[in-house]
Amino acid sequence: MIFKDLVIIGGGPAGLSAAKIAAEAGVSCLIIERDPFLGGQLIKQTHMFFGSEKQYAKTRGLDIAKILIDDCLKHQDLIEIMTSTTVVGLYKDKVITTLHDDTYNKIKAKSIIVSTGASERFFAFENNDLPGVYGAGAVQTLMNVYGVKPADKVIMVGSGNIGLIVSYQLHQAGVKVLKVIEAASNIGGYKVHASKIRRIGIPIETRKTIKRAIGKDKVEQVEIVSLDDDWNIVDNSSEIIDVDAVCISVGLIPQRNLLSMIDIKTKFIKELGGIVPIINEDHQTSDKDVYVCGDVSGVEEASSAIVEGYYTGLIAARNLGKEHQDFKTLNIDYKNQLLNLRSGPFGKKTLKGLEIMKEDANVK
Amino acid sequence: MLNKTGVPSLSLIKTKFPEQNKLFKAKAITECYEEIPCNPCSTSCPFEAITIGEDINKLPVVDFDKCTGCGICVYSCPGLAIFTVALKKEKAIFKIPYELLPYPKVDETWKAVNRDGLVIGEAIIKKVILKPKQDRTLLVEVEVDKNLLYDFITIKE
Ligand SMILES: Cc1cc2nc3c(=O)[nH]c(=O)nc-3n(C[C@H](O)[C@H](O)[C@H](O)COP(=O)(O)OP(=O)(O)OC[C@H]3O[C@@H](n4cnc5c(N)ncnc54)[C@H](O)[C@@H]3O)c2cc1C
Ligand code: SF4
Ligand code: SF4
Repeated sequence: MIFKDLVIIGGGPAGLSAAKIAAEAGVSCLIIERDPFLGGQLIKQTHMFFGSEKQYAKTRGLDIAKILIDDCLKHQDLIEIMTSTTVVGLYKDKVITTLHDDTYNKIKAKSIIVSTGASERFFAFENNDLPGVYGAGAVQTLMNVYGVKPADKVIMVGSGNIGLIVSYQLHQAGVKVLKVIEAASNIGGYKVHASKIRRIGIPIETRKTIKRAIGKDKVEQVEIVSLDDDWNIVDNSSEIIDVDAVCISVGLIPQRNLLSMIDIKTKFIKELGGIVPIINEDHQTSDKDVYVCGDVSGVEEASSAIVEGYYTGLIAARNLGKEHQDFKTLNIDYKNQLLNLRSGPFGKKTLKGLEIMKEDANVK
Repeated sequence: MLNKTGVPSLSLIKTKFPEQNKLFKAKAITECYEEIPCNPCSTSCPFEAITIGEDINKLPVVDFDKCTGCGICVYSCPGLAIFTVALKKEKAIFKIPYELLPYPKVDETWKAVNRDGLVIGEAIIKKVILKPKQDRTLLVEVEVDKNLLYDFITIKE
């Protein structure tokens, strides 16, 4: 058994940022990452990010990942990294089971930060298991990590930021995006992204959904239908379109399965993306030595995942007896940054979700 | 319109333009109509011509008297929502961000495209700038007919 002060599960922006600040405070930590590389969702993002300079706005996602990884590498004496290693078990006495190359290992931690991110939501329609029906994230990985063109003609289902951005990136890669369809009456993502893809000739059509995929061994066509204001299918609105792939981008769900293994209290909060761990202001769960940050505690953005990571690293370090030399300043700065990021119309949803959470957060 | 198709209406577009007589020099037009947590346009402008303020969700406001039309904000905006425009006789000279292949070359004639993605005329490529600090977003200077002032948004080969 390996012993560690702080184990961080998930090496995305939240986990990397937590490690950086905890190490700055003098805590030795271990980052465990399932993928062969660190960076989480960021390494697939070839577009410039929003936010303010503190969260690396206008830098491309993959380059933000590089910055965060370099920050961690500066603390090699304190930060240990395990990649291609999946946490498969978590126990109440803070024992973690990892799987790497068919080998299981056990690690005992004093504190754990879970920053496992979110996974793609899928939805039911006829033949959604046909090859050629992809999640938007999978398409991004194929294109931007492995350099594989996923298809020639696609339809994007969902107009949130991910659907809009992946449509733009597909177009950049030379894939024809026939249209983006959205079941709601308005576009879900930022309008600047919507305008950006509209002007390069990709139409966005609201109040439409996919009814079925058609094809023998793979997707050859899709049937699209219109929806009325009560979400019922409009008669005779069916449209059959030739495609070789359908890209689904209908939201993300916090990846909290590890937390259920140790009976962490959770709650369904629609505004945060589904079932989330209940946390207090210090990002502690119902087990005070288990913290969460990033998308696993509510689906948001990399900008907020980074700041949440810093904040959680700062608090976890203090609770392990290592107070960061700038604790007070950073503590206030991170809280203000999060408030600032969440103060617009898009952030309101998160704030509302966090309010609902507070009602249950009697765990401190 | 904008909420359903991604295309802003003409009246909305015009709110972002100065009076035409200010356009004898290039000015930045920020087509950013929705409060999102974002402010690189403001922090990248060396002339403090774009203000967003403490709350980064607020909309950018351009001080056209301070704006020199340098184009730095154009490639700094992650939403690709900024261009500059100047009027020269019967022509409008735009500087636009561009991230698609193939890259345009100086003196080529490309198609002028509107916000619906439709071809509305010709665009002559005047300059193509790509410096390291632009981080892979091209700055393309193009000349189009003056009457496309409120319609032109991008180019297509
Ligand atoms: C297409 C797209 C565009 C985006 N655009 C923007 C944008 O412009 N601006 C912005 O701010 N945000 C953007 N985001 C959102 C941003 O990428 C996420 O919010 C952010 O990555 C969340 O960070 P995280 O660290 O919480 O999770 P993730 O980045 O998902 O990282 C979680 C990590 O945990 C690992 N992991 C999970 N389970 C285990 C396990 N059991 N064992 C070991 N490791 C595990 C995963 O492999 C992953 O590396 C975008 C996302 C997508 C998909
Ligand atoms: S064009 Fe130059 S001067 Fe004008 S707002 Fe943009 S960065 Fe500032
Ligand atoms: S940088 Fe672009 S998207 Fe961001 S606020 Fe400025 S104009 Fe809007």
